[in-house]
Amino acid sequence: MIRFDYARPTAVAEALQAGAGTHTAYLAGGTNLVDLMKENVARPLQVVDINRLPLNRIEELDGGGLRLGALVTNNDTAYDSRVQERYPLLASAILAGASPQLRNAATNGGNLNQRTRCYYFYDVDTPCNKRNPGEGCGAIGGVNRIHAILGTSEQCIATHPSDMCVALAALDAQVQVSGSAGDRTIPFADYHRLPGDEPSRDNTLQPGELVTAIDLPEDSFATNYTYLKLRDRLSYAFALVSAAVAMRLGDDGRIAECRVALGGVAHKPWRQPEAERLLIGEQPGESVFQAVADAVLRGAIGRGKNDFKIELARRVVVRALGQAAARTPQSQTDKRIA
Amino acid sequence: MNASTKIGIGTPLSRVDGVDKVTGAAPYAAEYNVANLLYGVTVSSRIAKGKITAIDEAAARAVPGVVDILSHANRPKQAWLDRSWKDELSIPGEPFKAFHDAQILFAGQPIAVVVAETFEAARFAASLLEVTYEGEAHNIDFEASLAEKFLPKPGSRRNNYHPPKSRGDAQAAFNEAAVSHEATYHLAPEHHNPMEMHATTVEWHGDGKVTVYDKNQGSQGVQAYLASAFGLGKKNVRVVNAYVGGGFGSGLRPQWQVQVATMATIHLERSVRVVMTRAQMFTHGYRPECTYTVKLGAEHTGKLTSIMGDATTSTSRFENNMEDIVTWGMMNYASPNIHGEYAIAPRDTYTSADMRAPGAATGMTLFEIAIDEMAYKAKVDPLEFRLINYSEVDGMNQTPFTSKALREAYREGAERFDWDQRSPEPRSMKEGRELIGWGVATGMWDAQFSKTSASAKLNANGHLEVACATSDIGTGTYTVMVQVAADTLGVAPEQITAKLGDSDLPTAPVEGGSWGAASTGAAVQLACETIAKKLFKAAGKMDSKPLGDAKFEDVEFVEGTIRRKDAGGQPLALTEVMRASEFTVIEAEETASPGIGGMISMAQKSRNTHSAIFCEVRVDEELNQVRVTRIVNAVAAGRIINPKTARSQILGGVTMGIGMALHEETFADARLGRWMNHSFAEYHIPAQADIHDIEVIFVDEPDAEVTPLGVKGLGEIGIVGTAAAVANAIYHATGTRVRSLPITIDKLMG
Ligand SMILES: Cc1cc2nc3c(=O)[nH]c(=O)nc-3n(C[C@H](O)[C@H](O)[C@H](O)COP(=O)(O)OP(=O)(O)OC[C@H]3O[C@@H](n4cnc5c(N)ncnc54)[C@H](O)[C@@H]3O)c2cc1C
Ligand code: SF4
Repeated sequence: MIRFDYARPTAVAEALQAGAGTHTAYLAGGTNLVDLMKENVARPLQVVDINRLPLNRIEELDGGGLRLGALVTNNDTAYDSRVQERYPLLASAILAGASPQLRNAATNGGNLNQRTRCYYFYDVDTPCNKRNPGEGCGAIGGVNRIHAILGTSEQCIATHPSDMCVALAALDAQVQVSGSAGDRTIPFADYHRLPGDEPSRDNTLQPGELVTAIDLPEDSFATNYTYLKLRDRLSYAFALVSAAVAMRLGDDGRIAECRVALGGVAHKPWRQPEAERLLIGEQPGESVFQAVADAVLRGAIGRGKNDFKIELARRVVVRALGQAAARTPQSQTDKRIA
Repeated sequence: MNASTKIGIGTPLSRVDGVDKVTGAAPYAAEYNVANLLYGVTVSSRIAKGKITAIDEAAARAVPGVVDILSHANRPKQAWLDRSWKDELSIPGEPFKAFHDAQILFAGQPIAVVVAETFEAARFAASLLEVTYEGEAHNIDFEASLAEKFLPKPGSRRNNYHPPKSRGDAQAAFNEAAVSHEATYHLAPEHHNPMEMHATTVEWHGDGKVTVYDKNQGSQGVQAYLASAFGLGKKNVRVVNAYVGGGFGSGLRPQWQVQVATMATIHLERSVRVVMTRAQMFTHGYRPECTYTVKLGAEHTGKLTSIMGDATTSTSRFENNMEDIVTWGMMNYASPNIHGEYAIAPRDTYTSADMRAPGAATGMTLFEIAIDEMAYKAKVDPLEFRLINYSEVDGMNQTPFTSKALREAYREGAERFDWDQRSPEPRSMKEGRELIGWGVATGMWDAQFSKTSASAKLNANGHLEVACATSDIGTGTYTVMVQVAADTLGVAPEQITAKLGDSDLPTAPVEGGSWGAASTGAAVQLACETIAKKLFKAAGKMDSKPLGDAKFEDVEFVEGTIRRKDAGGQPLALTEVMRASEFTVIEAEETASPGIGGMISMAQKSRNTHSAIFCEVRVDEELNQVRVTRIVNAVAAGRIINPKTARSQILGGVTMGIGMALHEETFADARLGRWMNHSFAEYHIPAQADIHDIEVIFVDEPDAEVTPLGVKGLGEIGIVGTAAAVANAIYHATGTRVRSLPITIDKLMG
């Protein structure tokens, strides 16, 4: 860990000012940033502790949605009665992640901005383009069992590790951002990015910009939904593959709308609108689910040790669609898969 | 003797150190805040092999608070001869010597330590050290290392390897067998990762005298090692390991942090603390990776006619770590023809090391998967198959056991598990989308006894202190000592203090191999018996003759008194004897050793613990998520001193076995020559959600011969075979046989 300056502003404007320079980092729950600093992966010279900012509320939005403050903890979000009732998909995804202790410290803004769990990224004695652009990607040709199969580049095959974000992608959330150039709203699909030639950038946040809130649209998919996560142990492990499904059935029992987002497979929560469209007007059933799974996974590439993820993801999509259609969402406490 | 008045052995006494541990009052090695302490942060090698060509210290030294930087270039004098670096459990080869020279032998090797007035300054400065290397070709890939495998010379120097004994013509019997099975099994490397990281606080007393608070499993072994390696003289080194946050074998041999901390202390003549990071916990010993080919031949009935094993485990290039892999199956089953082969394969890592039930946890487990496969081939129920091939004697050495209640373990375990409700066909039990599988396996471990001394001291106020240099690595040794003392002298446990984990105390071997309870317990018993005799003698001198003409054999020590077994006269309080004889204290020190009788018995008889493990798994039929929903482990381990701590040992062993079956694996990047998942986020051990019902049964197994107390030890048996029971249950559930542990989702996808 290196030496750094520390500021603890109480207003957003002050925070933006303190965070404006180069080599700055916002500190929220610290469950990711502090780890990375200890490992010398993150080396900020200025740490701006944002925990005193007034961003710790969950508020109703005009028009029916909910605004989740960036500093509300993951657990407070998941256990909020409005979230539980109206956005059970989000609550479920959050509770599928990390451990209670971590979720009590982790914040919504931090969850969005947490960095990949790629082993090489975390180990400064190995090459990594994300940590050190141009150094090469250790994971390609290396230990890549947990790596991405979709949207990768020859520069980077890392995944975005969040569970929460997979649900937010399915819900079409919006990210509220403040920066020196003013405030803006980023649709969730545009928030995280693919590695391309610039793997060091995880998302489209500009330097110094601060996430202030996450807006959930009114459309909450509280009836037909699920978050299904497969991992190497039954708790406290990142997803090998996960799927968030938000579905709406018409009165005739046919699918009126459906969103499928995958976690653990790409540099961002993965959605494939074309594949989702295949479901519209269909009766829920194994064969259409299979077709959707194939379409979602189209173009997937294994890198050796993660080849199994392609087939696993396919099966996860099929099962998750089945769970959502049957209104038997995956429980995050009983680990039996519904 | 009236059993109900007897306290101590056999009672579920809660850990006597429990409250201190959970309240934080029990200090661990990194928690001794001695005055004027310096903090050392160790820098680890980036490369796997080669040498250091330069270390640029300028930036690091410029950090305020940095006191010094030590490396091979400026380290203090250390012993040159490998002989001087031998530890209690040294193995053939050249022991690792931190900062010895510029050579790099493995990735993560400690190459320098930055010592500063604060931990933060040391850590920051350590990140600024610029090291230049000249790399060499290396190999840490196990498959590739097999090309270099070799057979170590049995019996050479301190080599604890016993070559398997062959009998008959196993190959011919295999060729002719009506039913045969041949397959190769694999176990991934595992790192011990006890909760407490290896740490040392060396307190400098001046004049070359040090107290070393160190995480290890044997204070006196480390004392001798440091005295020899750094030329300190034994009397100048005291080693304390009063509390150890788990070991699993990683503390059997001195770890490198104790070298680094001691070196820095000697060099700077100040107290220094060095703590490994979690990542550095992956830069020393680990359970060797193993490949094991098993060949079995049997008659149509399932009666085995041939057992053949050929195993290779990984070691380093500088030491030969060997394990008994192939012997377990041959010892446990009856077969007229047996043959075993074994080799080790060197690679550019630190030397592999003993980890909970070394050899057996690997060899017995993998063998028990093969036995399961054979049972299916012979179309015999897997439990029945084991009974058909039950061996009353040690199948390899052809010696009788001091006791072997494995048959009872199978029976009691099967009953509790409802094994007879099992449907034989794989993939035939199902609930919803979960395939249900039931598997069984056998466990086996040594029941050892090691020469150990203990002292006892009874004060006039009735307080008893018992002491021994042994370690309590979470196994419950403190509690066992209290119980044995309570049992022998009839003193209430609350009146007894146990002291251990200090090289100044009576001599004890390193804690491992599950011999602690049996050996320390026996020594404590002897010391307390000597006190009892002294008390009896003193009572005899009392004018009132309270015990009449009773001989020592006629009295018993219960409830803080001596009393006649025939209930004649009044019970005589121990404190009364002390008062009457004007003793302020009575002391005794005794040594328990196998003795000549024990040595003869050891040569003529095998001494082992056994277990039968039954497991239920539920596996999602498409997604292959595995849940271990039920385990019954029936253990035959002689006399149980404390059913509560004993059960805990088995629960821990079973949990670790589930980890071996499903989770634990250290991934190697062969190109970089390093372990990659060196953190608890990515090196998986079972979480709470992975553990469901575990039922432990202790089978009655009286055994007066195995050790003085009839105790066999329990630290290791719980892990042996457990992973096989899980693997066999997964096969029964899914019909997919995975022969490489751990069984992760990708392997079940086929
Ligand atoms: C062992 C372990 C297991 C875990 N398992 C899971 C899991 O299974 N699933 C899962 O989803 N997560 C998991 N997590 C990750 C956890 O969810 C994240 O660490 C957490 O959400 C990060 O939130 P934080 O508030 O602590 O962020 P911090 O650590 O404070 O910050 C993380 C990053 O976000 C930036 N940041 C924080 N807030 C803002 C803001 N408002 N605007 C702009 N930038 C910001 C910081 O600068 C930093 O770069 C695990 C973590 C650990 C350590
Ligand atoms: S996958 Fe990305 S994060 Fe991992 S080593 Fe390659 S570049 Fe770095």
